Amino acid sequence: MANVAAAEPTHKRSFWAGIGQGRHVLGIAFMVPAAVFLLFFLTYPLGLGVWLGFTDTRIGREGVFIGLENYESLWGDSLFWLVVFNTLLYTIAASILKFGLGLWLALLLNENLPFKAFFRAVVLLPWVVPTVLSAIAFWWIFDSQYSIISWALIKMGLISAPINFLGDVTNARASVIAANVWRGIPFVAISLLAGLQTISPSLHEAATLDGATNWQRFRYITLPMLSPIIAVVMTFSVLFTFTDFQLIYVLTRGGPLNSTHLMATLSFQRAIPGGSLGEGAAIAVAMIPFLLAAILFSYFGLQRRKWQQGGAD
Amino acid sequence: MAQPQPVEMTDNSTGMSYLDSLPRRVVTVFLPLIVFVFVLLFPFYWMAITAIKPNFQLTDYNNYSPLWVVEPTLEHIKYLLFETSYPHWLWNTVYISVAATVISLVTSVFAAYAIERLRFNGSRWVGLGIFLAYLVPPSILFIPLAIMVFGLGIYDTKLALILTYPTFLVPFSTWLLMGYFRSIPFELEECALVDGASRWQILIKVLLPLSVPGLISAGIFSFTLSWNEFIYALTFIQSSENKTVPVGVLTELVRSDVYEWGSLMAGALIGSLPVVILYSFFVDYYVSSMTGAVKE
Repeated sequence: MANVAAAEPTHKRSFWAGIGQGRHVLGIAFMVPAAVFLLFFLTYPLGLGVWLGFTDTRIGREGVFIGLENYESLWGDSLFWLVVFNTLLYTIAASILKFGLGLWLALLLNENLPFKAFFRAVVLLPWVVPTVLSAIAFWWIFDSQYSIISWALIKMGLISAPINFLGDVTNARASVIAANVWRGIPFVAISLLAGLQTISPSLHEAATLDGATNWQRFRYITLPMLSPIIAVVMTFSVLFTFTDFQLIYVLTRGGPLNSTHLMATLSFQRAIPGGSLGEGAAIAVAMIPFLLAAILFSYFGLQRRKWQQGGAD
Repeated sequence: MAQPQPVEMTDNSTGMSYLDSLPRRVVTVFLPLIVFVFVLLFPFYWMAITAIKPNFQLTDYNNYSPLWVVEPTLEHIKYLLFETSYPHWLWNTVYISVAATVISLVTSVFAAYAIERLRFNGSRWVGLGIFLAYLVPPSILFIPLAIMVFGLGIYDTKLALILTYPTFLVPFSTWLLMGYFRSIPFELEECALVDGASRWQILIKVLLPLSVPGLISAGIFSFTLSWNEFIYALTFIQSSENKTVPVGVLTELVRSDVYEWGSLMAGALIGSLPVVILYSFFVDYYVSSMTGAVKE
């Protein structure tokens, strides 16, 4: 009797303790909130978006399945191809500039400087403020009559009339790319700076003793040691640039002559003001192969080599 | 044994910069750095100076230097605060950002703990899935989400944004916290287990107090991301009183062909201030969350 009484609570306890302490049950229970959110608001809409691309849904009207019709009409739509071209141009030009300038800024910040922490904090500001609000500032900076850049250049005697920043095809493309680069440099620079700080100075000292030039030290020490982090940073940068919407929406709304229209802005324009949700979704889905290509390229092309982690080659 | 110890090398902090002469460093380091800082900060200066310029000076470059202001005015800011819905938008943005951040943080703490420490069956795959979820851009999701928001009957409410923002906040915060939890020694938890603590107690009393820096990082980064969000807010919100600052400034302050640059810039400036102030207090957390997400 005494035995049973003693055994009973321990049995109970171990049962409840089993539920409470068991890694698998508890682990899954802890995952539930995140899983609900992500399945319901991320995975499901992703699938719904793909499905919508195959329908002729409009705002206020259920669509029916129309197969590849949306994609066929996009295939024959010269505006769509212009937009794909714009997006690739925008992404490639902005990413190269962000990488080059960001790496340069990171190298500068990695020098032994007075007020280093201050510089690092200040440099990150463009990345912190809301894109839309800084884009509005750029809108004013790129004003066709009262642009401060035009004013400065006229004062210096370099040009005679204000530059039409956002009204001309080439200028508009250059302007939106410049604004995007302005916002993206801090992210690239600060992330690469974190990578640079992990490179031991003794490597550079050893190379200098062996007679390496500055360029050789950069090319054969800094760059290889940095390449894993470069791969990640640039993948993120390319993804964000390729799917950019805010900057274009504020500065040009795709104009002039659709020369700055990106896939995201075209998708928005067709779907929300235009009402063709199906077609907008199809354009959004058409972005996915490009994104996958960028991710796979960085994963296979630039992944860590063994020696970068301290192992043998 | 009695040999004198060699003097410790202490010049690691300066690296090899002593090899460069000062004039050379001025040209190769300080000059480019100053140009960078000038270009990166000029738009903010321009925003601020425009926000306090009286209208007659704003476009009169012949009589007034555009780079400076005589007789600064608070007219634009007053107009913004008392004659538009701007205070309303500010409040909405704060409300939505705080709510979305709190929801995401709580959710992410549980998820990160489960993936990183409980190591349930398939946790590795879930971790990978979380990372992939972070790579899904809002520009792909906003159309189907708009339909869902409409179907749920929460179109044009703050709830629509509070529920959709975690789609990009949860993957990011979870990923960040997973990295943070990984850096906390397992032994602490084992000790607590041996002392009879339950998993729940371990999480609340051991792990969370130790991960306060990680929580702050994830929190301020999530707050900034929600504050800056645009495409969902533009698509899901219609009425002026529910708009957030970025959407409100762009859709309501820009009217017809006459741009009121003064109030637009004041709106942009005041809308940026909260995140900038938050950022200035937590620079290191911010940087560590940004680089932490990239590193692993």
